[in-house]
This record gives sequence, structure tokens and C-alpha cells, in this order.
Amino acid sequence: MSLLTIDHVSKRFTRPTGAIVRGLEKLRGQTPKRTVHALTDVSLEVARGEVLGIVGESGCGKSTLGRIVAGIYAPSDGAVTLDGAPVARESRGTVDKLTTRVQMIHQDPFASLNPRMKVGETIAEGPRQHGLIPAPDLRDRVAALLSQVGLEPAYADRLPHQFSGGQRQRIAIARALAMQPDLLVLDEAVASLDVSIQAQVLNLFLDLRRDLDLTALFISHDLSVVRHVSDRVAIMYLGRVVELAPVAPLYDAPQHPYTQALFASVPRLGEGRARFHPIKGEIPSPLDPPPGCAFHPRCPFAGPRCRTEVPRLKPHDSRAVACHLHDGGTGATTGTSEAA
Amino acid sequence: MTAALQVRGLTTRFDTRAGAVTAVNDVSFSVDPGRIMGLVGESGSGKSVTGFSILGLIEAPGRVTGGEVLVEGQDLRALPPDEMRRMRGRKVAMVFQDPMMTLNPVLRVGDQMAMAVQVHDRVSRRAAWDRARSALETVGIPAPGERLMAYPHQLSGGMRQRVAIATALLHQPAVIIADEPTTALDVSIQGQILAEVRRLADDTGTAIVWVSHDLAVVSSLADEICVMYAGRIVESGPAERVIAAPRHPYTRGLIASVPSSHAPGGRLPQIPGSTPQLSSLPAGCPFRPRCDRATDLCVTEPPRVAAAGRTVLCHHPLEVAP
Repeated sequence: MSLLTIDHVSKRFTRPTGAIVRGLEKLRGQTPKRTVHALTDVSLEVARGEVLGIVGESGCGKSTLGRIVAGIYAPSDGAVTLDGAPVARESRGTVDKLTTRVQMIHQDPFASLNPRMKVGETIAEGPRQHGLIPAPDLRDRVAALLSQVGLEPAYADRLPHQFSGGQRQRIAIARALAMQPDLLVLDEAVASLDVSIQAQVLNLFLDLRRDLDLTALFISHDLSVVRHVSDRVAIMYLGRVVELAPVAPLYDAPQHPYTQALFASVPRLGEGRARFHPIKGEIPSPLDPPPGCAFHPRCPFAGPRCRTEVPRLKPHDSRAVACHLHDGGTGATTGTSEAA
Repeated sequence: MTAALQVRGLTTRFDTRAGAVTAVNDVSFSVDPGRIMGLVGESGSGKSVTGFSILGLIEAPGRVTGGEVLVEGQDLRALPPDEMRRMRGRKVAMVFQDPMMTLNPVLRVGDQMAMAVQVHDRVSRRAAWDRARSALETVGIPAPGERLMAYPHQLSGGMRQRVAIATALLHQPAVIIADEPTTALDVSIQGQILAEVRRLADDTGTAIVWVSHDLAVVSSLADEICVMYAGRIVESGPAERVIAAPRHPYTRGLIASVPSSHAPGGRLPQIPGSTPQLSSLPAGCPFRPRCDRATDLCVTEPPRVAAAGRTVLCHHPLEVAP
């Protein structure tokens, strides 16, 4: 049975406006777009012990999804449950009480640690507030967590500014682990680190995963990082999951035209001077997503059906693709332009 | 053939409370017309300061203390400030990581590009706008006429960066210094810009110095690579050779840290420790405390080993098959 269930989740953000602006718009006869469709009908499951990678470009909704799973945002539609229990209790559209069983690790370790708190206090704060660890044991527990993430226990009495970016990210991981979470959400957790430091933090994550049997949602724009740490990967585009597959088949043979194009635009080490095959066009605005398949304006295989009908995420063997090319009943294969 | 850009012994120091810090230490390289040189390094390696030093954009407490910067044979460092200003934008241009450092938010794209034309060339406003339009076409911007009328905030990040690149191209400079120009962009947009830049170097003969922390980007774009560590170039050579067969232990470590070069889920080989503080560098080789090949010899200044178009700053360079 899966640990985390994301069931038909959508999230819309609407910019509030005052009466005067609305009145002016009425006079001018405009109806401006002010609803961002950040997530549309996303359903995913994560099994205990699994790491699910979430990949996409800006505006694809990957961070919004992470925040909804962590209970920071309430979904507009749908539900997120952990072992059948909702991750957040909401009242009037905002989160009122959220689970401590999901912990988040953010991108910027310079912003996510309180600069005035000793790191030991930062790590101990959560378990103390929630009474997870008896007060006399807190100091030992902090020391154990620090050594678990590869830092000296004596560092507990230092302040964040005394640490480098990589060390701060280790502290952020220790703080998350202190809550003994069932699920970690890592949102671009290694994106701001230099590559040699990134390797150290990725190794730490893999060690912890093995030792603690972690379950995690690993959100990143970096395809090679996600490949390295994930079991399965969901590719997102403009608020929807367009492809979902185990790592090996996905990277060996991506099925969705967007996934294919994304993989083709990533420069790879050791392949010499590349002949680039960039995706044409820009990412559409989530304020005004195109009708039908959101990728159709940039897709080389787009046909009439793609402009009107939204493709559903349909399972094929161990994987799922949301593309009309793969939803023809006649066993359509990749790369053919039958729909063109 | 004269190199478009030749840098010899460039040294830049910053006077800080903790004492003088040498951010760029005896850096030398050259780039031929139409070639792209990738300047790679991690945070604090001095790669951006090198770019700024070339253009004479270092401000107090920093100061370029030595070396030559020859653009088409002319030493920029010997020029008086007003002549240097005439060189900037005309012979040497810069593209920044954040295009809003180049673009004025309250001027139309066309107005500010035309201004950049008229600063150096006595042409009519109309001719200047025409040049701006063709520069936008060169970098693959669709409907350039409309973009000229737009304000920077009306453009996407990728589009703004193209405008910044087009502005750098206005005077067909001999050299463009590009400082992390695609770092803030999405991969699909980065792919488009890399393709345009490669084509521009080939077509216009402009030499490009591409400063980046991203080895994969540099290896897919550049002809030559210089790897910087603690203010020095520790390895340089043809891009394919440096990536396929690194000779400096730091370059090897850097390449090995990239996840895509390993089977998923395995441990990544990591460089121990972290990048050193420039104010407290160890004596001799700055990489010594993190290096598995270090010996007692490394306490002395590392020698520059040069062979077959490659240089390595190391007492114990890795052997490569000839």
C-alpha cells in the first residue's frame, strides 16, 4: 500500500483585487486573467521507502506540489493523504493544522535557518515543541543528528553564519530528520550548491536513505541529479504530470514529446561539442494556459485533437504518458508523426 | 593570426580587513576569433572577477595589480580611462547573469539599444533602430519590431537575455565576456541560447569567453576550457581533451562529482573538504589539503606543466595516454 496518496489535486491562485480596479475593468470591458493554474488534476502515489523525483521547468507546479504535500498550501481540489490521513486540516481555504510526519528541505540554506538561533536549538525546536523527545535527552539527540549528517556534535553551539552552504544544507537535513518524519520533501535541495559540494550532499542523502529507509519527494530541475537519487520520476509541464515512469525506462526511452525534447536540450558531459536541438518557443504563462494539450504550441507532433482535447495520463506497462500520440488504441509508437 | 583576446599574467587583488586577497592570480589565456573559451570554476574561484578585470570593471577595494589584456593586439590596461570607455561595448562587450543589469527598466528595448549604438557611432536614430532590429534577428528573436517597442518587464527571462546578447553584438565586438548568462534560465531556454551563441561565434568571428560553473554546459559549447581554482587557472586545453582526460586532480574531481557520469544510486566520488578561503590559502598548491596525490613537494609553488596545447598547474599531474 502506498504511503502518500495525491488524489486529483488542483491548485489555483487568484490575485485579490479591490472594488475600484474591478469597476474600472468593467468600464473598459476587460476581463483580465488573474487566476494562476499552478496545478491541474495531479494524482500520484509514493510507496514506503520509495523516492519519487519531480522534474520540470519554471511554472510547471513542482514546488506548489511539494508545498501541498507538506501541508503548507491547501489544495483547491483533491486531497493529499499519508497512510489514509490528511496531511493538513484546513479551515476556510487555509491550512490550520498540519502533520509533522512530512518534513521539507528548502533550496536556500541561507534563508531557511534562523540566523539568530544556534543550530542545536534550531534542530531541537521541533521535537521540543511537539514533545517528541524528553527534554533531558534533547542535547544527546542533537549531537547524534549532527554526526549522522556528517557534522561535529560540537557545532550545535554555533550560529548559521559560521557554516558554508553545504554545511547549512546538512543542518537543514538534520532539522528535518529530528522530527522522525515518514516523508521528506526536498525542493531543489542541492540546486544552490557547487558541484563538488552537491556530490557530498547527494551522497549523504543516499546514505541516510539506506540507513533510515527514507521515503521522499525529490523536486528538481536537474535531470541528472533526479536520475541519480530517484526510483520513479514524474515529468511536469504547466501544472500537469505529462509522464511518469521508473528511472531506467524513462531515461532510456522517454515517451512524451516534451520529455524527449527536454532530454535533448540538456547539455551532457563528455559528449563533446553538442549539436543542439532546442525546443522551440517559450513556456506558456500559467495565467493563460493553451487549450487542449499545454505542450501543443511547441510540439512537433501536434495535430487537431491536441489543440482541443486535454490528454489524460494513461498507463502503459510500468509507466504512464499523457499524450494523444500514445492514446490511439492501435499501439502507436514514439516519434511517429501520425497525428501531425 | 592575432588572438582576439590575449590575457597575460592578470592579477587582481582586494584589500580587505583580513589583509590583501588575490582573487585572480597570474591568469593567462588567449582566445582566437570565432572561438569559445569556457572559464569554469566553483564559487569563489575567481572566474567572474577575471571577466570583470578584463573589462576594467573592478572597483575599490579591488584593483588589477598586474598583467596585460590584449584585444586584437592592443593592451587595454595601458589605455587612459576615456579611451577604455570607447573600447567597452565597441571592441569588448559583456553579458551578465542577470539581464536586468544590462537593461534599463524604464526605457523601451529599442531606445536603449539605439542609445548603445549612438554612443560609439555617429548614425541617425533611425539607422540605430535598424541596427537594433537586425541584432535582435541575429539572436533568433521572433517579431523583432514588436520587441523593440516593449519594455524589459514585458519580456520573459530568456527573451531579456537574448536582448542583452543582441546589445553586446551591436558593434560586432572582437570579444564578448559572458558571465553565467544561462544560469538563471530553464534548460529548454538555455538550449536555445547555447545554440544561438555557438552559431554567432561561427558566423561573426566574435571570440567569446563563457564564464560558468556548469561543466556540462561548457563542455557542449566551448572549444577550449580553463579550469580555475582559488584564483588560478589550474588546467587549460582543448575542451574535449580536458573533459575526457583531465590532468589536474581538481579537474578530475570536479568531473567525477557530476551525477550523470555514474550509475544511478551509487556513491559519487567526492572532493573532500570545501573551497578554501582566499584570505587563508595554504602555502604552495592551494588544492593540497583536498588532494589525494599531494606529497611534501606540494608545499612549494606548483609548476606549470605544458604539453600539446595543454597546461596543468601541478607537481603530480595525472598521466594521459599520448
